[in-house]
Amino acid sequence: MASSAGAAEGRTVAGLSGESIIREIKASGIEFVVSVPDITTSEGLLRPLAAAQNPRLVRICKEDEGVGICAGLAYTGKRGLLLIQQTGLLDSINAIRGVAMDYSLPICMMVGLLEKEVGVPPRQSKRYGVRIVEPVLEAMGVPYVEIEEQADVGKIRPAIDDAYATNHPIVLLIGQRPS
Amino acid sequence: MMRRDLCLKAIARHVRDDDIVLPVYSTAFDWLDVRPHPLNYLSHGAMGLASSHALGLALGRPDKRVIVLDGDGSLLMNLGTLVSIAEAAPKNLYHFVMENGTYEANGGHPIPNRGKLSFSGFARSAGHANVHEFADLQIFEQQVGAILGEPGPAFACLKVVPAGPQERDYSRLHGPHVRQAFRDALAKS
Repeated sequence: MASSAGAAEGRTVAGLSGESIIREIKASGIEFVVSVPDITTSEGLLRPLAAAQNPRLVRICKEDEGVGICAGLAYTGKRGLLLIQQTGLLDSINAIRGVAMDYSLPICMMVGLLEKEVGVPPRQSKRYGVRIVEPVLEAMGVPYVEIEEQADVGKIRPAIDDAYATNHPIVLLIGQRPS
Repeated sequence: MMRRDLCLKAIARHVRDDDIVLPVYSTAFDWLDVRPHPLNYLSHGAMGLASSHALGLALGRPDKRVIVLDGDGSLLMNLGTLVSIAEAAPKNLYHFVMENGTYEANGGHPIPNRGKLSFSGFARSAGHANVHEFADLQIFEQQVGAILGEPGPAFACLKVVPAGPQERDYSRLHGPHVRQAFRDALAKS
């Protein structure tokens, strides 16, 4: 796995293996990936997921649809993962508020952080659209986990399991393009 | 135009005990009188997401019929759902839209471009093959059983008017007891 140099003010971090993330997604019992394409995760995650039969990929038009779909799946005992970009996350705030939070449902979201500088914590990004993501989630009471380098991949399965065990949403923030 | 409550009674005559039904807003209050049942899925948030919840339910439980009783204002907020459902193509999903031309639950204001748009046209353009439109109750009563008897996904636009004023107690839709009752019923069904 290649190392990625960070932005001028960022630290150097190891790259992310898309294959290992997909392995963790499968190990988490995810049977459906519901997605609007995101450039951060396009090649490393979405394209290989689209080529596989399991988990089943459900292509949608807009991210808040996916919140509803994952809610319906959760009631049936099936696990879904919403794979989107932070722009779609921000666009879906009311759905997350109304469905994931008010109804206490385990909506699991994997969110590519468009234009985040590698090695720079999201809230220190030069990009306003990146900087506000974690404060917005905190204001909503939505837990999140940063997946920035390979060592973080092991956080995915426990985060998803905990969301289902305790009926709360989780946002997995993908901080750089997986290989 | 058809009275909405009579349309719902026509649908209910063909709804099985193990079907999941997702009625939306004003339709939901009528439906609760027609078919009070724990497999009514009533808590789908807002902004037109009921059909998206329905898609998740249909994918997760392909052994059960999932019937959405949507509103026209709600569907306008989530038109992409027609495309997503058409692509996923669950054979067990039936999407009825009550077109009354208003945001009835929010003051009865008209939907944009009322009377000049076509919900069945939207559905066809989105890729749905099984699309219907009804404005005559007798014809709808004759055909609704066949719609629900064929493999989905199916889409039907019903031109309706409300039967009259409603008493809207939203805790009947969003209360935690409603969701728990659904969860329990689905687990047993």
